[in-house]
Amino acid sequence: MIVLIILLVLCCFMCLYRIGAGPTPPDRTVGIDTLGTLVVGFCAFTAIITGKEWYMNVAISWALLSFIGTIALAKFLEGRGFDE
Amino acid sequence: MSEIIGIVVISMGVAFDLFGCIGLVRLPDIYNRLQGATKCVTLGTCLILLGVLIHSGGAMGAKALLCAIFILLTSPTGAHALARGAHKSGVKLWEGSVMDKYADDKEGELDR
Repeated sequence: MIVLIILLVLCCFMCLYRIGAGPTPPDRTVGIDTLGTLVVGFCAFTAIITGKEWYMNVAISWALLSFIGTIALAKFLEGRGFDE
Repeated sequence: MSEIIGIVVISMGVAFDLFGCIGLVRLPDIYNRLQGATKCVTLGTCLILLGVLIHSGGAMGAKALLCAIFILLTSPTGAHALARGAHKSGVKLWEGSVMDKYADDKEGELDR
């Protein structure tokens, strides 16, 4: 179980690398979207380990807020021009 | 027994997440990164939640199933909106890309 959590933390660091080093703003937005989906997996891990049921409520809320944030950022990017 | 099957399904989900994030780091441009990251991470997180359903069951499993269905619905929608926004904002394709059908469609609309 601890190995799986370490691998998931490694995934989160890869997303942070893409958020920091992405050459264009849509790259950073992909990183933010992926990180939001990974945090839902973390909430599921926490629910299993602690045995507390309400962590799944946190996961559902986090998925909803991450989706709304991604849609808002995509609509924001649509109206602007970016060169390389 | 169900706990062992749940852990195996969760391990498969974490493997999918890991491969998706490696694709997010290694692939050359934004559209390839969307292709790699979104599909793999969506399936990986859904497998983790399905593993929670098999492992625990009960109310926690029902909420995990609800969350998995929600992620399966919303994550491709977000990726589609993001690809459209990136293309409209003028992000260039990788130089090894062979076709750009969406740009052809937009030029056709302008001709009409």
